[in-house]
Amino acid sequence: MAASIGVSFVIFFLLITPHSSTAVTEQTFITHSGAVISTTGEVLDPLYTEATFEFDPDEFLRNFEYGRVTIQPDGTTLREYTIIARDDQIQEISPGVFYNVWTYNGTVPGPTIRATEGDTVRIHFINQGSKQHTMHFHGIHPAEMDGVFEIVGPNGGQFTYEFEAGPVGVHPYHCHVMPLEEHIIHGLYGVFIVDPIQGRPAADEMVMVLNGFDTDFDGENNFYAANTIPFYYQHHPIQISLNQLIRIYAVNMVEFDPINNFHLHGNLYHYYPTGTDTVPSTYTDMITLSQTERGILEFYYSYPGQYVFHAHKVEFSEKGWVGTFLVLD
Amino acid sequence: MSPKTLAGAIIPFILITILVIYITGPGSDYIIIGTPLPEVTLERIDFVENEIQVTIRNTGPIPVQVVQADVNDRIQPSAIEPDGNLERFETALVRIPFFWNEAEPYNLGITIHDGTRFERDVSAASPAVTPDIQTTTKFALAGVYIGVIPVFIGLLWLPFIRKLDSKKLGFFLAITVGLLIFLGIDAIQEALEVSQESLAGSINGPLLILVAASGAFLVLQYISGRFSSHHTKITAAVLVSIGIGLHNFGEGLALGAALNLGSVAFSASLMVGFAIHNTTEGVAIASPLSRQKNVLPKLIILGMVAGAPAILGTWAGGFAYSPIFIVAFLAAGAGAIFQVAIAISQWMLKDNTYHSYQICGGIFLGMIIMYATGILA
Repeated sequence: MAASIGVSFVIFFLLITPHSSTAVTEQTFITHSGAVISTTGEVLDPLYTEATFEFDPDEFLRNFEYGRVTIQPDGTTLREYTIIARDDQIQEISPGVFYNVWTYNGTVPGPTIRATEGDTVRIHFINQGSKQHTMHFHGIHPAEMDGVFEIVGPNGGQFTYEFEAGPVGVHPYHCHVMPLEEHIIHGLYGVFIVDPIQGRPAADEMVMVLNGFDTDFDGENNFYAANTIPFYYQHHPIQISLNQLIRIYAVNMVEFDPINNFHLHGNLYHYYPTGTDTVPSTYTDMITLSQTERGILEFYYSYPGQYVFHAHKVEFSEKGWVGTFLVLD
Repeated sequence: MSPKTLAGAIIPFILITILVIYITGPGSDYIIIGTPLPEVTLERIDFVENEIQVTIRNTGPIPVQVVQADVNDRIQPSAIEPDGNLERFETALVRIPFFWNEAEPYNLGITIHDGTRFERDVSAASPAVTPDIQTTTKFALAGVYIGVIPVFIGLLWLPFIRKLDSKKLGFFLAITVGLLIFLGIDAIQEALEVSQESLAGSINGPLLILVAASGAFLVLQYISGRFSSHHTKITAAVLVSIGIGLHNFGEGLALGAALNLGSVAFSASLMVGFAIHNTTEGVAIASPLSRQKNVLPKLIILGMVAGAPAILGTWAGGFAYSPIFIVAFLAAGAGAIFQVAIAISQWMLKDNTYHSYQICGGIFLGMIIMYATGILA
């Protein structure tokens, strides 16, 4: 009796008294509108530091995987990749927010696979997950290489995808096991770039996968980003050079929301839808992308300074899909 | 008490403690099935200058780490004091710098480590009240309008009630019982509403209401039992006053909370409703005193006992808005009122000069009066 009364009192006390503060150190943070606020508590801000995340958007941005290259007897190039799927990782996808990501080679997005038109792409796919997974490439290939009916079993199941790279452009690849939406939104996707044989003009090239995460499973994304981490390139501006041609391979992998878009500040870009044509379709600062819609953006800056790029569906940018270019003289 | 007896009393406690530790400790792996889900309740939202402050509480079964805040589902850099790690039932203050607009609705959200978002809607933003002299006076006046003045107006019916013969007086007492039963149910309903809106499931609002109401009921029952041997009618009037005082405190809380939340229309209708309503409470106090002499000083004291708590309630509700507190007090008020209704009924039943049709009719009429005044307001 006495014990239970005591316990009730403690609980009641906890209920009615506000928590007394023991912290004395003051911290400051900067709001979206630039105000500096100080607090005796902790700062809740999607600020990423190198130490805290397992996925590095800076590294991913300009990383292209060309595979293990073999020149075949007929003179064509064979590019071999090993891709391992997993579905057991818990990763910090926004500061403090831990989410079960499903990955190709340990990251969301998976590695950016890059080949030249006509190359043979051979992918040794190993499913180390606990569920069935596949790799389904957008592009032109035989039916049995489509990664839809050839389900790869869990815990070490294997499949070799082999096809001729084509057509020229930027394409997504993703898992195509049902329930499809679940496999995509957990992170099983990546970018497949096919270069034209004659190549493209030299440029500072980067990949931006526009993605989102529904961390509370209510059918709406809680976070959006270019390359997974919300607000990352806002806090870590992408450094580019003045008058240097910039080429962005942008792929929209956002689910739930019918559209996404890409708006560039202080500039316009030439846009090549799907990257399949060498002539740009438009010169604009705003494109709209539906699911897996993608293209190539080309531009250069004539004035130095910091420029924002973001979804002009600003809900997405206020949930993380925003970044900056720092144009250096 | 011998040491043996003492040991006999204590040993079961020790054993139950060990069992509880075992069940909640590492041993739980063997018996608990399923995944415990976190829960955070946004208990209170204040709009201060260029900042929104959200008082949150971990109302789930497991500790949580609060990692993000948002306004209208848009992420905002913010701060949490003292820190984001919340043990069970622990609270924290989330400070979100934000240029909010008065009278606009807002949705506030916080996100925890596993990405779950908890939210709460505010129908219209209004500046948080600060306990300065001006607001304190304003709230006190509101309490006077709904509590003190109506009760005294009601007491003015005393000379009229005095003129009645004892049978008609019985009818009036029965009306009082009707009024009180209605008020009690009304308060329970109000408490249930607040608990549904603002209390987390783990607080168990309906049972809190049961406990608080029973507590007040039993305390008053005990007091009336001790004093009822003498001064029966005065005792009844005192009990009625205390009961109504508790009830008015609850009403003050509700009004203060409404004023705090800045819901203007709701506050106004509450004030009108409570004022009309509470006039009838004066009758309830006056009726038992109708045969007493020299009642003026007593009436003033009883009127204050019944009415003044509305002022305290308005302050408490306005400045220290806490839903748990409000639910508990509304329920305690209800319990007190039920006790009074029962006490008066017993007292009438002992006095066999009253006819049952008068009593039944009176109770029914009392309830009709309350229902009608409640709708009009």
